[in-house]
Amino acid sequence: MTEGLATPGAGWRRADGPPAQAREKKRRRGGRRGGARDGDPTVEEAEFTSYYGRPIIKPPVWKTPDVPLYLFLGGAAGTSAVLGAIADVTGRPALTRAAHYTAGGSALASVAWLIHDLGRPARFLHMLRVIKPTSPLSVGSYILAPFSALAAGTAGIQLLDAFPGLQKFGLRRIAGWFPGLRKVAGTASAVFGGPMTTYTAVLLANTAVPSWHEPYKELPFVFAGSGMAAGGGICMAFTPVAEAGPARKMAVAGAAVELAAMHKVEHDHGIVSEPYHLGRAGTLMKAAKACTAGGAGLTVVAGRTRAGAVVSGALLAAGSLLTRFGVFDAGMASARDPKYTVVPQRERLEARNAQAAEGEARAVTR
Amino acid sequence: MTTVSSASPALTGNDPANRLYGPLPDVSGEAGYAEDHPARVGFFTDTSVCIGCKACEVACKEWNTLPMDDADGNRDAMGLSGMSYDNTGMLGANSWRHVAFVEQSRAVDLPMPTVGLPGAGAEGAGRHGESQAPGDAHATSHGGNADGGLTAQASVLNVEALSEFDPQTGHSADREIRWLMSSDVCKHCTHAACLDVCPTGALFRTEFGTVVVQQDICNGCGYCVPACPYGVIDQRKDDGRVFKCTMCYDRLTDGLQPACATACPTQSIQFGDLDELQARADARLATLKEQGVETARLYGRDEDDGVGGAGAFFLLLDEPEVYGLPPDPIVTTRDLPSMWKHAVGGAVMVVGVALSAILGSRKGLRR
Ligand code: SF4
Repeated sequence: MTEGLATPGAGWRRADGPPAQAREKKRRRGGRRGGARDGDPTVEEAEFTSYYGRPIIKPPVWKTPDVPLYLFLGGAAGTSAVLGAIADVTGRPALTRAAHYTAGGSALASVAWLIHDLGRPARFLHMLRVIKPTSPLSVGSYILAPFSALAAGTAGIQLLDAFPGLQKFGLRRIAGWFPGLRKVAGTASAVFGGPMTTYTAVLLANTAVPSWHEPYKELPFVFAGSGMAAGGGICMAFTPVAEAGPARKMAVAGAAVELAAMHKVEHDHGIVSEPYHLGRAGTLMKAAKACTAGGAGLTVVAGRTRAGAVVSGALLAAGSLLTRFGVFDAGMASARDPKYTVVPQRERLEARNAQAAEGEARAVTR
Repeated sequence: MTTVSSASPALTGNDPANRLYGPLPDVSGEAGYAEDHPARVGFFTDTSVCIGCKACEVACKEWNTLPMDDADGNRDAMGLSGMSYDNTGMLGANSWRHVAFVEQSRAVDLPMPTVGLPGAGAEGAGRHGESQAPGDAHATSHGGNADGGLTAQASVLNVEALSEFDPQTGHSADREIRWLMSSDVCKHCTHAACLDVCPTGALFRTEFGTVVVQQDICNGCGYCVPACPYGVIDQRKDDGRVFKCTMCYDRLTDGLQPACATACPTQSIQFGDLDELQARADARLATLKEQGVETARLYGRDEDDGVGGAGAFFLLLDEPEVYGLPPDPIVTTRDLPSMWKHAVGGAVMVVGVALSAILGSRKGLRR
């Protein structure tokens, strides 16, 4: 029991008594049916005080599926742009094609989802009004805008090259430039591809949402791994197996990074890790892990067959998608329950007070 | 878990000007206003004299023409919260002042001998204060019994002194009852997370050191909403944009006081230059302590706290979380430099993996 640590002093208690507080507890635990069966690591319900069980911070107003989809698409686009550019330079036409199409398509779709999520979509250009390093969304806009333009452009050139029928309006005359243009645009998009994959982790972490903020060192690696698993997986599925070796390798490495980093997020942060195990977020995370691990395993075993590549690519993409939904959900849950705001802050405060007292004691003895 | 040692980039020397975290003597100056900008203003909300009349809420709604909403922020809905006299529920897009209401009770050592006092145990106490039974049971359920509570509390404060001067405390049988009321508001933080994360520049620092949203710029990205460590700012669903207290920026520029401070009948809400308010608050705290109110404390007054001190700070009579305030808020952007470093690390890793994946694969297998 954390009595004394989390309860206010002088014996005052809220007077509306246990029934109301039991109600609060029940409401807070709404989604945790079977929590204990889930292997829930935190056994004891922490004691803490709150204002009628109401949340302290406001849960994000970001919508599902808009934002999780944006995170997923951004990751897949960023990593496949990097893969595509290197494949292009080293002369792997089939892999280049698949990677550029994946990057361009996902980039455009991610922009659409992001704009759709705005409260005032018509004002999306306001994102580029200022540039603020303190705002991950501002920095992200300056990553997303050039990235999506370049990735879509690269894919467009690829498309024109592949289907000469599309070369209208005198485009045929400059058709010889296409491979060169594609290399330049593709490489430029690849420069933004890495940041595109990981900035979204900072976007989530730089909030007061406990389960996003606390693991801020691991989240970028979760997102990098998840992006590589998705990007590699999708490229692998759309590339002839003979040329898909790099995609397979990236996918497997990404899956490993994702699983390892996610393990830290789920276990290293005490009470703030809890939402990743409970309720819908817990279910999503478990499904994500199964898909990612299964997809990676299948890639190793059967990735060199057509069917194996398609199935494992799909599994890896699904795993990445589920991870984004799971992380999003866990954050929302941690914002809605005042426990995750109060208890860590109380502990921090106690630790600081204890340290101060210790320092004082030392000063006195000296 | 955030450890104390990593508490401050200011300490590690990465942020010598305290632009992200730590005390900042001149917020407006730091935001780029010329030397002759007005002094920083603020609210000092002294909850020990708040009577819960909600005049501030009404004045705020009137002046700022805020729409009606219920306790969960649903616009144009009327509803009772069902938990206390507080039907405003929380700060939000349509409620920029929120009077929290908490009824508390505790077992008390009365001077007159009564049946069932010390030694009689929880049973006797429960029988005696029939109407207070839930409270008793609650105290018991919290791991103490009435006895434990009594001994603990007797040593902490002078009950008689408290009930003598404190209009918010009353007795009922062997229980002492008090009502905590506190008018909450945007803290106009020195390091405002909402302002830091706003990608459009819609949120800005005024010449008075306050934080205001420009409604013609806000594009409703919603980033400020989860960034605020106090859960102040919120989005109007039907409108898409975010809204919060402006400290009546329009009135300030005309030399008037904010509407809430003007309406408050007990001077629980005091408006003025921040340094003056801080001095007044320190004096008030000293007075209360002298009178035996051990639990009085200032909240948001300390410029060494996680948000660099608040422009709107409070005198509370209990732990902050009792009022729905975070006990130790920290502006999220304190950790942003480290976050960016890790994101760059992740991005470099992506490129590295892609490079080695390609260089490590033979490409001669083409058909
Ligand atoms: S972070 Fe919250 S409390 Fe601070 S200025 Fe912004 S809205 Fe107000």
